[in-house]
Amino acid sequence: MAGSHELSRGPLWLRALPFVWAALLAMAMASLLARLYGQSPLAMYRLLLAGTWGSVYGIGQVLFKTTPLICTGLAVAVALRAGLFNVGAEGQLIVGALAAALCGAYLPVAVPSVVAVPLCLLAAFCAGGLVGAFVGLCKWLCRAHEVIVTILLNFIVRAVMIGVGGYLFLKESVHTAPVIDSAKLPRLATILPQLHGSAVNAALVLALLLAVAIELLLRRTRLGFALRVVGQNPDAAAATGLRIGWIQTLALTLSGGLAGLGGANFVLGYKYYYEDGFSAGVGYLGIAVAVLAHNQPLWVILSALFFGTLAQGGLAVNAMVPRELIDVLSAVVILAVATASAEVRRLLPRFQQAKTDDGNKDVRPPKQTSRESDDAHSHEPPPMQVPETVDSVSPWAAR
Amino acid sequence: MDSLALVGLLWAILRISVPYVMAALGGTVCERAGVINIALEGILLIAALGTALGAPHGAALALVCGLAAGVITALLYGLLVVVFRGDQIVCGVAIFMLADGLSRVLLKVQFGSTSNSPRLDALVGSGPLWLLAVTFSSVILLHGLIYHSVLGLRLRAVGDKPAAAQALSVSVLSVRMWAVALSGLLTAIGGVYLVFEQRQFVALMSGGRGFLALAAMIFGGWRPLWGAAAALLFATAEASGIFLQARGLLIPNWILQSVPYVLTLLTLMLRGLLGKTHSAAPLSLGIPRL
Repeated sequence: MAGSHELSRGPLWLRALPFVWAALLAMAMASLLARLYGQSPLAMYRLLLAGTWGSVYGIGQVLFKTTPLICTGLAVAVALRAGLFNVGAEGQLIVGALAAALCGAYLPVAVPSVVAVPLCLLAAFCAGGLVGAFVGLCKWLCRAHEVIVTILLNFIVRAVMIGVGGYLFLKESVHTAPVIDSAKLPRLATILPQLHGSAVNAALVLALLLAVAIELLLRRTRLGFALRVVGQNPDAAAATGLRIGWIQTLALTLSGGLAGLGGANFVLGYKYYYEDGFSAGVGYLGIAVAVLAHNQPLWVILSALFFGTLAQGGLAVNAMVPRELIDVLSAVVILAVATASAEVRRLLPRFQQAKTDDGNKDVRPPKQTSRESDDAHSHEPPPMQVPETVDSVSPWAAR
Repeated sequence: MDSLALVGLLWAILRISVPYVMAALGGTVCERAGVINIALEGILLIAALGTALGAPHGAALALVCGLAAGVITALLYGLLVVVFRGDQIVCGVAIFMLADGLSRVLLKVQFGSTSNSPRLDALVGSGPLWLLAVTFSSVILLHGLIYHSVLGLRLRAVGDKPAAAQALSVSVLSVRMWAVALSGLLTAIGGVYLVFEQRQFVALMSGGRGFLALAAMIFGGWRPLWGAAAALLFATAEASGIFLQARGLLIPNWILQSVPYVLTLLTLMLRGLLGKTHSAAPLSLGIPRL
C-alpha cells in the first residue's frame, strides 16, 4: 500500500541514496530536454539559480512558492502516514481558498485582524476538511478507494468552480471581491525591506508552524500514534481495538484541512481574492513534496523549498525552455525516490544485520527477520525489534 | 424522440466509449496480474501525444507512434513497480504527472505551443471506424484470453496467489511485465483513438478518462465484459448530456462536464454499499512479490 515511506533507521548514506539518485536522474532528464530545445543545459541551470537564489527578490519569490507547497505537502504526508493516498489536495486547496476569500470578503469591515484572519483560516480549513471528510466517509462506509474518489473530486471541484464562479465572480472577471483590509496577511517585506516587491507573506510563518504542529501531533499525541499504527499495520491496529474507519476519516479530514489552508497564501497574502486557476498544480506537486520528504513533516519544509525553487526557477527559464519542464522533473523525482526507497528498504535489514554481526554480538536484535517475511511485507517499515539507534552500534559504542 | 435521433445517440455513445472501454480493458488485464494501474490516464495521454507527433508523417505512422508511446510508458511503469517494486499508486500518479508535463514540453518542441497542436489533417479517413471495431473485438478476445486460455489462467494465478504460481514454475515477474505491456497496448488504442477522432492534440485531452475507466473496471468487478459494460454506461452519461444540449435543453456546461465524474462516484459508492468490492478484487493486488 501507499502507506509507508518511512526510512527512519539505517546509516545516513544509505538513506540519502534515493535523493542523490533522484537528483541525478532529474538533472539528466532536464539536460536532455534542454538539448531538445537546442539550449545549453549549463546555461539553463545558471539561469535557474540566478532567478531563484541569486537575488533577494528571487529568494522571496521562492519562499512565496514554497508556502502553499508546505501545506499541500503536509496534507499528502499526513494521509500517507495513515496509509491513505490523498491525490485530492488540488481540489481541497481550491475549495479552501474560495472559502477563505468569501469569508474575508463578506466579513464586516470593522472586524479587527485578530478575529478576521483566524476566521478566514478556519473557513479554509473547514472547507478543505469537509472535502477530506467526504473522502474518508466514502472509504469507511462505501469502501471506495480513496485515490479514485479524490481524483474524481478534483474533476468535480474544477467543474463546479466554473459554475459557482458565474455567481460569485465580479463582472467581467474571473475573481471574487477582494477581502477586507483586516483579513489580509502582512507581507514579509514590511519587516525585511530587502524583500520589497516579492509576495512572500505571513502565511509562510503559518506554514512553518503547521509543519511543527503536525510533527508534534504525529509524535506526541494519541491521535498521531493511532494514525501511524493504522498506517503501518491496519490488522494490528484493529486487533488493539482502534476504530480504523474513524481514524482514517479523521486523517483525511485533517489532510483536506491542511490542503485548504494552502489557499491562504494566495488569497490572504498575495492577490487578496480568489482567482480562477490560481492553484496551477500546487496540489499535485504536494504529492512530490511528501514523497521526497518520506512523509516526515519537518522534512516537508526542505522538500517544499526544493520544489518551490524549481517552480520559481521554471518561471526564470521560461524564455529558454517551457516551464512545464519542471512538472516533468517533479514526476521524475517522485518515480526515482519511490523506486529507490523501495530498494533501499529491502537492503536495510541485510545491511543492519551485517553491521551488527561484525560490530558487537551482544546488541544483536533479539529476533532477526528472515528474507522471506521481509519480501512478503516489504511495504512495511523495518520491524520494531531493530535497536533504536543503529548508528550507535559501532566499535566505539561497544567500548 | 424520432428513431433517427435515437440511432444518432447510440452511435455517439459507441464513439465516446472507445477510450473508456480500452482503458478499462487495459486496467483489467493489468490488475488481474496483481498490478494496480493508476498510470492508465498517463498512458492514454502519452499515446495521444505520440499519435499527434507522428501525424504530420501520415496516419499509419501516427498509429504506430501512438501505440509505441503507450507501450513504452507502460513498460517504464512495469520496470518501476514490477522489477524495482516501487509503490504502485505513487508511481502511477507520477506517470500521469510525467505524461502531462512531457506532453506540454514536446508539444512546444514540435508545434510551438504548450496547450494544443494545430489541426492534424493527415488523420482524415476511416481510422476511427477501424479502431471502433478493434475495441469491441478486444472485449471478446480479452474475455477469452483471461477465462479460457492457459495464459489467462497463469495471469489470474499470478494476481491471486503469486507464491503458488511460482511453485508451478510460472515466472511471476515475466507474467506481470507482459500483462503491464498488454495493458499499455490496449490503453494506447484508446489514446490513439482520441486524437484520430478530434484530429488535434490538446493538453490534458484524456480528461480523466483513464481514472474513470479504472472506476469502471472496479464497478465491473475486474471482469472484461462487465468492465466494458460499465464503461459504456459512463459513455452513455456523457453522450446523453451532449445529446440533450444539442436538442436545445439548456443545461449549463459545467453540470454537463461534471456528470461523468459524479456518476462514477455514485456508482463506486453504490457498489461499495452493496458490498462486493473486495471479494472481487484479485487477492494479491498491489503487493509486489517476486
